[in-house]
Amino acid sequence: MELVLALAIGVLAGCGVWLLLRPRTFQVIIGLTLLSYAVNLFIFCIGGLRTGADPVLRDGADLSQYTDPLPQALVLTAIVIGFATTALFLVVLLASRGLTGNDHVDGKDGTP
Amino acid sequence: MSAHLLVWPIVLPLAVGALQLLLGERRRGAVAALGAASCVALVGLAVALLLRVGAGDEPAAVYRIGDWPARYGIVLVADRLSALMLLLTAVLALALLPSALGRRRRPGGPVQPLVQFLLMGLNGAFLAGDLFNLFVFFEVLLAASYGLALYRPGARRVSAGMHYIVVNLLASMLFLVGVSLIFGVTGTLNMAALAQLVPRVPDNTRALLHAGAAILGIAFLVKAAMWPLGFWLPRTYAAAPAPVAAMFAVMTKVGVYVLLRLSLLLFGGGAGAASAHFGAGWLLWGGIATVAVGVVGMLGARELGKLAGYNVLVSSGSLLGAVGLQQPAVTAGALAYLVVSTLAIAAFFLLAGLIAPREDAEGASLLEPYDPTGMALYADEDESQAGLPAPVALLAACFLVCALVLAGLPPLSGFLAKFALLAPMLGGGPGAVTLFALIVAAGLCTVIAMCRTGIQIFWADEDWVFPAIRAGEAASVVILLALCLGLTVLAEAPLRYLTDTAAQLHAPAHYIRAVLP
Repeated sequence: MELVLALAIGVLAGCGVWLLLRPRTFQVIIGLTLLSYAVNLFIFCIGGLRTGADPVLRDGADLSQYTDPLPQALVLTAIVIGFATTALFLVVLLASRGLTGNDHVDGKDGTP
Repeated sequence: MSAHLLVWPIVLPLAVGALQLLLGERRRGAVAALGAASCVALVGLAVALLLRVGAGDEPAAVYRIGDWPARYGIVLVADRLSALMLLLTAVLALALLPSALGRRRRPGGPVQPLVQFLLMGLNGAFLAGDLFNLFVFFEVLLAASYGLALYRPGARRVSAGMHYIVVNLLASMLFLVGVSLIFGVTGTLNMAALAQLVPRVPDNTRALLHAGAAILGIAFLVKAAMWPLGFWLPRTYAAAPAPVAAMFAVMTKVGVYVLLRLSLLLFGGGAGAASAHFGAGWLLWGGIATVAVGVVGMLGARELGKLAGYNVLVSSGSLLGAVGLQQPAVTAGALAYLVVSTLAIAAFFLLAGLIAPREDAEGASLLEPYDPTGMALYADEDESQAGLPAPVALLAACFLVCALVLAGLPPLSGFLAKFALLAPMLGGGPGAVTLFALIVAAGLCTVIAMCRTGIQIFWADEDWVFPAIRAGEAASVVILLALCLGLTVLAEAPLRYLTDTAAQLHAPAHYIRAVLP
């Protein structure tokens, strides 16, 4: 399971970085989204992977049978903030498209 | 009230900003009055906090949200450094108030609420006692700053703003990766608990901890605009409206603040042989490179806004280098330089906006030959005041004071701050001497660049009629420069406070004991 997750994070981050370096704003925003998926998965798995374990404690339970709830709380916050900032960036992207008439990140279309 | 003093600098701007949004665009008087009241109250709160932690019997005030113990709950911590930064932010916001209010004739979106949210994020970042809340408050201040940088968008502003947003989103992701690596190794994100744990981390995971800290550091270095991560700064700041750019002068200092705090708390002298002074060399040489790039950019700048932007780089680089040296005396001087350079750079951004209004003359370059059609724009705007020497004299005097403070020439506070920063560097290692030489050279180059620009503006161009001076912005400039002058006269008490602050930062045991009793 660790290997699959690590590969998934790697592929997501790699695709994200490649798209981020592209000249079109839409590619940049998709790249940022993929990167934030990779980062969120990374945060999620940092507390250790475990299947079917409970994050919420009950009385008299054995602590070793529980999963760490803090990374889950962190990732929730990170998802919310990442979503909000991506939405904001989408607005700026549209404004740039409207003002410059093209979707190049520098506002001028030099490449074919 | 006094028990909850620490939470007010965050709650107050949030409440005021929300209220201003509800009031909307139509009731501008009420919105402005609320904003002014909030800024005054923030200065009051910061002074109260400063007096409380400066009194000495309580080295750091701690506020536990919900009264949870620090290891599990969220803590806000105010030590001397936090109180100083809170006061600097509040004073800057208050001084910039006239310039923001002076613009209200032109509608352009909810600026006042965004300023309040920016203040909330800044205050929260200065008070946060753990890394994750630091992230949250960073995002709050960044989200507000995106909105402010894109105020009244034009093609140039949107393009610069877009680059700014992408760079900062990427930095935020690095921030998260660093935070989660550190959490994975230590199991906590509370800064005081981390400081206790760093010397005890097992050797096989220490490399991972260092990797996490380094990635986290890169996120802050992007904010502090270290070379080569600060390429976005001059363009964004030059494209932003003048009062906003002036407010942004404090934002690079947030990155410097966090680097100063974390490098001394987590990787200071008490971090064990393997981790002590981790990253200090990178900060020092990175700061040196930043100063060098800033100086070259300053000499090559053809616009006042860009000149101010490269001034930010020089100031930031000097501070980063000083943080990297990790000596109490240098840190005290760096704090003095931080305060003075923030005020002076803010004033300079406003002056740049007054001399070459950006909305009207987008990208006007001052060092071009005289262009009659371009200058006609200014003549139209201000025929009644043509030939009046008073406003020009005021601007020129402000420009002179600004140049003296930025270059660090005697007798103003810029000199005192630079002297406090530079004097302890002599007799240090090769890095300290290089930084010393570069900061002195940067002062000289600032004089050259400012002289050249001043001559071009005030003397060379006889036919240039000055644009109408907006009273609000001129008032802000005068207030900021008066603060710099006031710091010259009353330098002793602030310098003593800063020396104590540096001593406290270099001996973090009190901080740790206050947070984790």
